[in-house]
Amino acid sequence: MIDNTQSLQFFNRGPSPVARLVFFSVLSLLLLFVDARYRYLESTRSALSVLISPIQRLSTMPNSLWQKAGDFFITQNRQHELIKQNDELQLQHQRDAAQLLQLQSLEKENQHLRSLDALPIRNQLKTQVAEIIYAERDVFRRKVLVNKGADTDVKLGEVVMDDVGIVGQITRVYPWLSEVTLITEKDQAVPVQVLRNGLRTIVFGAGDTSQLSLRYMPASADVQNGDVLVTSGIDGTYPPGIPVAKVIKIEHDSAYPFLNVTCLPIAGVDNHRHLLILSSFSKLPSRPDEKTRADNSGNRVKFRKSN
Amino acid sequence: MQSKTEIQRPVSNIFIVSSIIAALFLNGLPWSGIGLMLRPDFVALVLLYWCMHKPLRIGIGLSWAVGIFADVSDATLFGQHALAYTLLAFGGVVLHRRLQMFGLRQQTIQVFGIFALTYAVYLMVNWQVNGYVVWPYLLGCVTSTLLWMPLSVMFNAIRQHSLDRNRP
Repeated sequence: MIDNTQSLQFFNRGPSPVARLVFFSVLSLLLLFVDARYRYLESTRSALSVLISPIQRLSTMPNSLWQKAGDFFITQNRQHELIKQNDELQLQHQRDAAQLLQLQSLEKENQHLRSLDALPIRNQLKTQVAEIIYAERDVFRRKVLVNKGADTDVKLGEVVMDDVGIVGQITRVYPWLSEVTLITEKDQAVPVQVLRNGLRTIVFGAGDTSQLSLRYMPASADVQNGDVLVTSGIDGTYPPGIPVAKVIKIEHDSAYPFLNVTCLPIAGVDNHRHLLILSSFSKLPSRPDEKTRADNSGNRVKFRKSN
Repeated sequence: MQSKTEIQRPVSNIFIVSSIIAALFLNGLPWSGIGLMLRPDFVALVLLYWCMHKPLRIGIGLSWAVGIFADVSDATLFGQHALAYTLLAFGGVVLHRRLQMFGLRQQTIQVFGIFALTYAVYLMVNWQVNGYVVWPYLLGCVTSTLLWMPLSVMFNAIRQHSLDRNRP
């Protein structure tokens, strides 16, 4: 006897929509979990990115065409502006050159002093210029993609800066692209020192605004408005002495044992098109325990996720 | 010439694939600031259109696959777009008969519900992963819905046109 409660299926169309929904939802959730926790899927991601990169490159073309057109019209119409800009740049260059000479003599002196003290000498930074192709593709996150990838030897965890300060860190490397997490990304941490008194601390990104904050500063800590924070170089990820942020607001709620310190990044984190990627600046003596060191260098990149 | 009913209007695979690629391209344009907040999700729009009109060709599985590509191109976590598009496709496939009975204007209201669900799921995943919610992101769901009518009219016209041209 035919069961009338079920409709007859004349054609086999595979599993029902509900079954498919459940299957693919569970698959997505599983992928989400694995990707967020363990990051096992980076090779899959870079393989798929090869397929999608033609579309990505095409998408950036209207923008670069627009810029080229803009440049063209500037050269046509605004020669006097260009001349003025050129003069300014020359002046800037002369000022910088003077400072550079001073820096060189200081560097010599520093090297000499360090050799006297038998401290390890700081290495020269190796840099390469990269251009931003996408800025903040996602409303939620403060990341940019730059046009240097594994093909030009960009490595995970390298530091990205502009001409005045730290901008971010490389967190993902594709064959021709790499992803830079800006220091304003939520929970992105940079070890810093207060320039004025050498106080060591860590600055965190706020995520939803272009600001940074110092957490867990005791109420008695010597921090003032306008203090400049520079990288401390401790842990060897960031080279020492590069400006990161400036303190703009200090609040103290007496119900809470810590200060609430808000900072603004010094670098034009949201402004520039060209960035510098720094590499191979530190050769720290290896830690006593090799395993802990390996864990640490992995953790730094994962830090945001594990939080 | 009276336009043929929906079911008889064929569509080539090339059209489907190229429309999805075009949508990925539009999503990939360098939107920024308020434009990014208001950016409609073109991929979701196109997928919903095909799930509604050709549910046997573009279904839940293919939408999931497109979602994975969207995840790669947006550098989001694997599965984030995929999960949202899976739900979107489910809505489209299950409701396709009902939606096709309505005119475009009534469809828009129902489509808004599907988009709202998709965006809410995406937002919820982000909230779980990042710990905060960016409310203006939901504006994209309104702009996507507003684009539903023009997109449907355009795609229907293209399909009708190719049908007329191929007729002996």
